[in-house]
Amino acid sequence: MKITGAEIFVNALKKEGVDTIFGYPGGVVLKVFDVLYGEKDLKVVLSRHEQGATHMADGYARATGKPGVVLVTSGPGATNTVTGIATAHMDSIPLVVFTGQVPTKMIGNDAFQEADIVGITRPCTKYNFLVKDIRDLARTIKEAFVIATTGRPGPVLVDLPKDVLADKAEFDYPSEVKIRSYNPKYVGNKWQIRQAAQAIIKAKRPVIYAGGGVILSNAAAELKDLAEMVQIPVALTLMGLGAFPGRHPLFLGMLGMHGTYQANMALYKSDLVVAIGVRFDDRVTGKVDEFCPEAKIIHVDIDPTSIRKNIHVDIPIVGDVKFVLTDLIREIREMQAAGETWEAIPRTWHRQIDEWRTEHPLSYEWDEDVIKPQYVIEKISEMAGENAIVTTDVGQCQMWTAQFYKFERPRTFLTSGGLGTMGYGLPAAIGAQMAFPDRLVVDVAGDGSFEMNVQEMATAVIQKLPIKIAILNNGYLGMVRQWQELFFNRHYSSSDLTGQPDFVRLAEAYGAVGLRAARPEEVEPTIRKAFETPRPVIMEFVVNREENVFPMVPAGGANHQMMFGADRKKSEGRLRVARG
Amino acid sequence: MRHIISVLVENKFGVLSRIAGLFSGRGFNIETLSVAPTLDPQISQMTIVTAGDDQIIEQITKQLNKLIDVIKVTDLTEKEFVEREMVIVKVSPPAEQRAEVLRTCEIFRGRVVDSSPKTYTVLVTGDDKKIGAFIELLRPLGIKEIIRTGKIAIGRE
Ligand SMILES: Cc1cc2nc3c(=O)[nH]c(=O)nc-3n(C[C@H](O)[C@H](O)[C@H](O)COP(=O)(O)OP(=O)(O)OC[C@H]3O[C@@H](n4cnc5c(N)ncnc54)[C@H](O)[C@@H]3O)c2cc1C
Ligand SMILES: Cc1ncc(C[n+]2csc(CCOP(=O)(O)OP(=O)(O)O)c2C)c(N)n1
Repeated sequence: MKITGAEIFVNALKKEGVDTIFGYPGGVVLKVFDVLYGEKDLKVVLSRHEQGATHMADGYARATGKPGVVLVTSGPGATNTVTGIATAHMDSIPLVVFTGQVPTKMIGNDAFQEADIVGITRPCTKYNFLVKDIRDLARTIKEAFVIATTGRPGPVLVDLPKDVLADKAEFDYPSEVKIRSYNPKYVGNKWQIRQAAQAIIKAKRPVIYAGGGVILSNAAAELKDLAEMVQIPVALTLMGLGAFPGRHPLFLGMLGMHGTYQANMALYKSDLVVAIGVRFDDRVTGKVDEFCPEAKIIHVDIDPTSIRKNIHVDIPIVGDVKFVLTDLIREIREMQAAGETWEAIPRTWHRQIDEWRTEHPLSYEWDEDVIKPQYVIEKISEMAGENAIVTTDVGQCQMWTAQFYKFERPRTFLTSGGLGTMGYGLPAAIGAQMAFPDRLVVDVAGDGSFEMNVQEMATAVIQKLPIKIAILNNGYLGMVRQWQELFFNRHYSSSDLTGQPDFVRLAEAYGAVGLRAARPEEVEPTIRKAFETPRPVIMEFVVNREENVFPMVPAGGANHQMMFGADRKKSEGRLRVARG
Repeated sequence: MRHIISVLVENKFGVLSRIAGLFSGRGFNIETLSVAPTLDPQISQMTIVTAGDDQIIEQITKQLNKLIDVIKVTDLTEKEFVEREMVIVKVSPPAEQRAEVLRTCEIFRGRVVDSSPKTYTVLVTGDDKKIGAFIELLRPLGIKEIIRTGKIAIGRE
């Protein structure tokens, strides 16, 4: 039986096991929305802006590991998704974004609401398609899901002209597709893995530098095995947080620009860096020559372009983290069993690391009267439990969360790392809560970022999602202000947000609950109350306006030369050290 | 250093733009680019001449390989290969130099493909050196227009 393109689309999504679509309707996709009307197996979440829908799908994908699905109309609907797509692209998040398009015959005519979205998104998608013939529709959707979710994941866009959605064809959904020019490599080269194993057991000052690839590969357990087996300390990137337990004795914290002193020093002094699912981002390496000058580098990555992009690598291993680590662990065990000389990592290395830990621990100055944002994060971390999912906006709020929240499990920390998209936190929290209705989902927001997708409060309320939004309200674009303080003579040019709305009343206007804490002793009760309220809650924390994120490596600086905040002697007695 | 990279791609809508976008987006340069279908009409062959140090060339070949529509990438510079380029030059020499154009053309085993009372249009194929030398000899005779195909290259057996 022949069915319409719109019906093929919906059937194909069901075959892919999609349960939730984030979207926004418009002229050319009305046929699809009509098929979705009354559809029981596919939930449609109507956002309030297509960027919101795209971040929701992204949050859903990061929290679940399944691809996030977006459906929007042509022209402005499609262009509004671009920031969301670019955000997912930079962080390798699987999305399949369906955009409506004007009828095939009108493409190129500057038709009403026409945008060349395939052209616009070519550089920020893993791949994109324009479906010109209904007979290609089912197979194209299959290919889109395959490409988005395999190899190095990423967003794929499928542009659907109105006439293709209206035409009829038999529905024949392929269970598999072969794309001859696309063959991601999962299993690492045996010989290279042996080289890596040898280097690891010979190393005197090894350190693991792991990131988003471990989470994408669902390989946190393997990472833990490797680290514990050889007792290698582990530093994580921002994207990697949660891939290794935050309270583990081998955990060094985040490395890089706002990383911990011990993590950056460990890399600087290391003789072997085991880089796993990371891309040597400039926020991580600082001045490349002084990143790990004495180390041999092993680099495991599924994408060959990540290897030797910014830094020389001695032992490259192209493959999936889970496969490679499994083989690597076996290899090391066999070497152990074969009595291969095992030079246990000298205790001096661990002792040295502990010294760095105590020399400059993460800390902040306590204030009796003013809420310190770091304290808010510590409290949320303490009270939320290991299973909670935390999303963030971008800026200081994001860095304090990375520093002071203890993430124990993968897929519990959702943040825009590569693009650094303000306004990501709220919609991502909505996407995560849609996927896990019973888990606690907390969005740590900046007062600036929050307003970039504040309209999605309506979505949260209508969907009855009990997300908790913690706004760290400093009345500034805090991260911008920090740079202006440190590097631009305190010229707070266009970074003062004085005149912000009343966030409590704003919450109420949307039909959510609004709470405000203005003093340190109010922090804990506010969080408790929010967590106990089974509805969306905005917690506004009025925090110290000019608090800075430390430690910090100034842009272009070397990681071993960090700037520290509080002077330990001057702030005697008021210094609060982050609990390990 | 200059490299000649041969790329087999799916002959699909938008492929050229993906390749061009890769080069421009990542700040790699393209000196010349030529594209045409292979014996299999679903596959096209591109020859790209680019320049860069080893690390850049490694990234270029990896990034090309990463494109979904790219089937195979070969850096011919690492191998024995034959390269050719074609140039068509329209010369308008002073009357007393017309014979000189023909003579030069003959030396380079070129052909006159068109002529008018004031101009000759001549065609030559060869490698970089030959084409460069040909153009230099014609230059003083009055080049009006010049068009080059960009290089094509193939590995030797
Ligand atoms: C304000 C701000 C400040 C920041 N400061 C810091 C900072 O101090 N420290 C920090 O670390 N980051 C920081 N970042 C984030 C930074 O910009 C990068 O996003 C981040 O460092 C990249 O993390 P990653 O290397 O883990 O790579 P990701 O972007 O997570 O990439 C994953 C890598 O793993 C590979 N991969 C994917 N799947 C697999 C698989 N299955 N198997 C094997 N490999 C796979 C990919 O090819 C890729 O190379 C900051 C961002 C912002 C916005
Ligand atoms: C969409 C977007 N625009 C601009 C920036 C640049 N930027 C980075 S951090 C920041 C300030 C964020 O302020 P806020 O959300 O209040 O968070 P805070 O730093 O105060 O915690 C800005 C403007 C960005 N990352 N994203």
